Amino acid sequence: MIPLFYYLLLSGILFVCGVLGFLIKRNIITIFMSIELMLNGVNLSFVAFAAQWHALSGQVFVFFVMVVAAAEAAVGLAIIIAVYRTRETLNVDRVNLLKL
Amino acid sequence: MFHLILFLFFGAICVAGAVNLLVQSHPINSALSLIAVMASLAAEYLLLGAEFVAAVQVIVYAGAIMVLFVITIMLLNAGKEERTKGSRVAILIGVPGVLIGGVLVAWTLLYRSNTQAVPIGALKGDPHDIARLLFHDFLLPFEVTSVLILIAIMGAVVLASRPEAVARGPRKDAE
Repeated sequence: MIPLFYYLLLSGILFVCGVLGFLIKRNIITIFMSIELMLNGVNLSFVAFAAQWHALSGQVFVFFVMVVAAAEAAVGLAIIIAVYRTRETLNVDRVNLLKL
Repeated sequence: MFHLILFLFFGAICVAGAVNLLVQSHPINSALSLIAVMASLAAEYLLLGAEFVAAVQVIVYAGAIMVLFVITIMLLNAGKEERTKGSRVAILIGVPGVLIGGVLVAWTLLYRSNTQAVPIGALKGDPHDIARLLFHDFLLPFEVTSVLILIAIMGAVVLASRPEAVARGPRKDAE
């Protein structure tokens, strides 16, 4: 028997690490990975609450979150490739125009 | 007791991987530590009884998505991250704000909520039950996500292809 609080705390730690990476990191790929870390933290709390309330739909929602994350990763990495092709850099501070 | 030891072991790997993602300066090291986080999260899902979610976590997240990341890192030949000073405000205001928020959430969970203990394998999420939900109750969202994936694939192809290749149209010399 593990208190639900432990799972929620772990998920909170992962989410905070993701936000910190999003703020601190300057490499656009690492920033993207921090977003994935945040999504993973949220998924853990979905599964933990599903177990707490005996509602299987929580796990189905994790499935949907993963689908959205996959779509986001495909489009985001394509955008990163397009940005690198025109700017020759991955540093977000050097990317200051929305125009490609 | 054994359950708690397993939880703490995989939780420690999770936290260590997340912190390592922040500390490393080369993106490939961050990607590898993120894979460690995702794999140990799959073990946590198994502890909660979510078998299907654990399998999908390993296949989709640690497999497909992270392979996409590693391929992009190698394709762009990403080197060490260069430190620039453009983000002082984000660090000075954002980092303490995030830390205070995290501590507040943890404090609320600890003292203001009466959550119960979750037994091992509390809710069996085997593929049979998940499929019944997914193809019965959530049929419309499921179909909508398939459209979303299709749009994402087309968007990725258009964005990542070279502009002149798009302007030229499909190749004629193939036949």
